[in-house]
Amino acid sequence: MAFKSDDDRNAYWRKNINLMLTLLVVWALVSYGFGILLRPMLDAIPVGGVGLGFWFAQNGSIYVFLFLVFFYAKKMRQLDREFGVDDD
Amino acid sequence: MDLQTLTYIVVGATFALYMGIAVWARAGTTGEYYAAGRGVHPVANGMATAADWMSAASFIGMAGLIAFKGYDASIFLMGWTGGYVLLALCLAPYLRKFGKFTVPDFIGDRYYSRSARIVAVICLIVASLTYVIGQMKGIGVAFSRFLDVDYATGLYAGMGIVFFYAVLGGMKGVTYTQIAQYCVLIFAYTVPAVFISLNLTGNPLPQLGFLSDTADGTPLLVKLDQTLVDLGFAEYTAQKGGTFNMLMYTLSLMMGTAGLPHVIIRFFTVPKVSDARTSAGWALLFIAILYTTAPAVGSMARLNLTNTIQDPAFDIGDPQGNLVYDERPDWFRNWETTGLLEFEDKNGDGRIQYYNDQNPEFAAMAEKEFGWKGNEMVKVDRDIMVLANPEIAKLPNWVIALVAAGGLAAALSTAAGLLIAISSAISHDLLKSTFMPHISEKQELMSARIAMAGAILVAGYLGLNPPGFAAQVVALAFGLAASSIFPVLMMGIFSSRINNIGAVSGMLVGLTSTLVYIFTYKGWFFVQGTNMLPNTPDSWFLGVAPEAFGAIGALLNFVTAFIVTKMTAPVPEEIRHMVEDIRFPKGAGAAQDH
Repeated sequence: MAFKSDDDRNAYWRKNINLMLTLLVVWALVSYGFGILLRPMLDAIPVGGVGLGFWFAQNGSIYVFLFLVFFYAKKMRQLDREFGVDDD
Repeated sequence: MDLQTLTYIVVGATFALYMGIAVWARAGTTGEYYAAGRGVHPVANGMATAADWMSAASFIGMAGLIAFKGYDASIFLMGWTGGYVLLALCLAPYLRKFGKFTVPDFIGDRYYSRSARIVAVICLIVASLTYVIGQMKGIGVAFSRFLDVDYATGLYAGMGIVFFYAVLGGMKGVTYTQIAQYCVLIFAYTVPAVFISLNLTGNPLPQLGFLSDTADGTPLLVKLDQTLVDLGFAEYTAQKGGTFNMLMYTLSLMMGTAGLPHVIIRFFTVPKVSDARTSAGWALLFIAILYTTAPAVGSMARLNLTNTIQDPAFDIGDPQGNLVYDERPDWFRNWETTGLLEFEDKNGDGRIQYYNDQNPEFAAMAEKEFGWKGNEMVKVDRDIMVLANPEIAKLPNWVIALVAAGGLAAALSTAAGLLIAISSAISHDLLKSTFMPHISEKQELMSARIAMAGAILVAGYLGLNPPGFAAQVVALAFGLAASSIFPVLMMGIFSSRINNIGAVSGMLVGLTSTLVYIFTYKGWFFVQGTNMLPNTPDSWFLGVAPEAFGAIGALLNFVTAFIVTKMTAPVPEEIRHMVEDIRFPKGAGAAQDH
C-alpha cells in the first residue's frame, strides 16, 4: 500500500485530475480557441503583418503546449512527494 | 567536388554511423528488445521519440503542405504537436507504470479479454503497416533523386540498413540510431531554413523571420498574400475551409498522435514514471524545433518559387516578367526530370505563366488582357518545397547533400519505430500472450527477430508495389488510432468501471464508423469509383472531411463503451486494484522485472 489511507489516495487523484483538466483547458484555448474560433478577434492585434490568431495557429500554440507538458511534470513531482508516492 | 560525390559521402557517413551504433547496441533479452531495458535517459528518449515521430511526411511533405494551404495547414501544426499534451498528461505516465511491453498488452490485461487484445493488435498492425509504406516510398524517392540510383535499388539499400539495426538491436538498437538520426534530420532541416530566412528577411531565426519585413519594408506574409492575390490565388493567411471541419480535423490528429502505438511504446523505455512525464516534454521540444520552422520554410519557399517564375520587378501581364523557359535555372531542370515539376507552353510564347486558372474571373481577365491560355506550371509537387529549397535559394552543395541525408534519416527512423511496434505485437501479443504462452524467453526473442524480418519484407514489398491508395492511408492510420486505440486507453486509465464487453464494443463501433465514413467518400478499400458520395465539402456530414472523422469515431467509441458497460457485468475486483495501482508512480521500478 503506497498511500497512508484511502482518503489520501482519493485526495491525490483529485488533485491530479484538477491539474490535468486546468492544463487541458489552456491547451484547448490556445489551439481551438485562439488559433481557430477566436482568430477573427485576435487578429485585431497585429503580429508580423498578420494577426495574433494566425501566429497562435502556426507557432504560438506549440510554445504553450511545451510549457504545459513541463509544468505538469514539475507539479506532479511535487504532488508525488507530498503524498509519498514518488518513484525516486 | 560535385554534388553527386558529396551526397554519396554525406549519406554514406550517416549510414556508417547507424551501422556502428547497431553493433554497439545489440539486444540480449526480450526486455532490451522490446523496451531497451528501460534504461533510456528521458532526454535521449525525447530525441528518439522525435525522430520516431517525424516521418518522411513531416520532413519532406509538411512545409509544402503549408506552402500551398497557408493558414488552413495550421491543423497539422497544432494537431501533430498538441497530441503530445494528451500523451504526456493522460497516457504516457500511467502506461509506463503499468510496466509491460506493448499497447495491446495494456488493453488485453485491463479489459481481461483476449478479444480486446486481438482487436488492438489488428488496429495496431493496420495503422502501422499503412504508415510504413509511406516511409519506404520516401526512402526510394530520396535515393533515386539524390544518389541517382533507381527506386528499387534505393529501397533495397534502405531495407538492408533497417534490417541490420532493427533485427540485431530491437528497441535498444533503434533507440540509439534514432538519436543519431534526429541530429542529422534537424540539422538538415534548420540549416537551409536559416539561410533562406537570412536571405529574405535578414533575420537568422526562421520563427521570427517569417514575421519580419522583407528588404523593401513590407512584412513577408503581407507580400506573399499580395503576390498570390495578384496571380488569382487565394490569400495565404486567409481561412479557406469550414471552421467545424478544422476543429474536428485538429482534434482527430491530436487523438491519433496520442494513440499511435509506435509513439506510446517509446515511453516504456524510460526508467521511471516521472521520466515518462518529462520525456514527453523533451520529445515535444525536439519536435517543436522542426514544427515551428516549417511555417517559415513553407511561406518563404512559396514566395521564392513564385518570384522565380513571375519576376516581381515587372507588372503582371508584362511578358518581361515571365521566366523564359529556355533560361530556367538548373534546379528547375533537375526536378523536371523527376516529374515533380511539369511545364506545358499553352500559349506558345516560350515563357512560363504561373497563375490560378481555376479562378474563372482572373483566368478570363488574363486571357483577354495578357493572352494567357492557362496555368503552364501543370505540376508543382508540394514535396519540392523542401527538397528543392536549398537549390532555389542558391545554397552551397553541401547543404543539398545534407537535405538528402536528412530525408533518409526521417524515413528510416520512423520506419524502424513502426516495425518495432509491429514485430512486438506479433511475437509478444499474438504468440507469447495468446497462442503459444509456453515459449521460453529465448524463443520469444527469436520470434521477435523473425517477425521483424518478416515485417521488413512485407513493408519492402508494399513499398515496391505501393497500392493505389498509398497516399490516402495516412488518414486511415490516424483515424484508426484516434477512434479505436485512444478512447480505450483513456477509459482504461480514468475509469475503473468500463468492462471487457464495453471496451470491445466501443473499439469495434469506433473502428467501423470511421472506416465506413472514410470508404463512403474515398471508395471501399480505396478502390476508385466505389465511393458512394462525392468527396467534396458539400456532401460531407456536417462538413467534416473523411480525414477529420477520427474524433467523431472516438466519441461513438466512448458512448458505446459506457452504455454497454451499464448493461453488462461489473469489472472484477482485481482489475479495479490494477487501475488504482497505475495511478501513482511509486513502485514502477519493480515492474521492470516483468
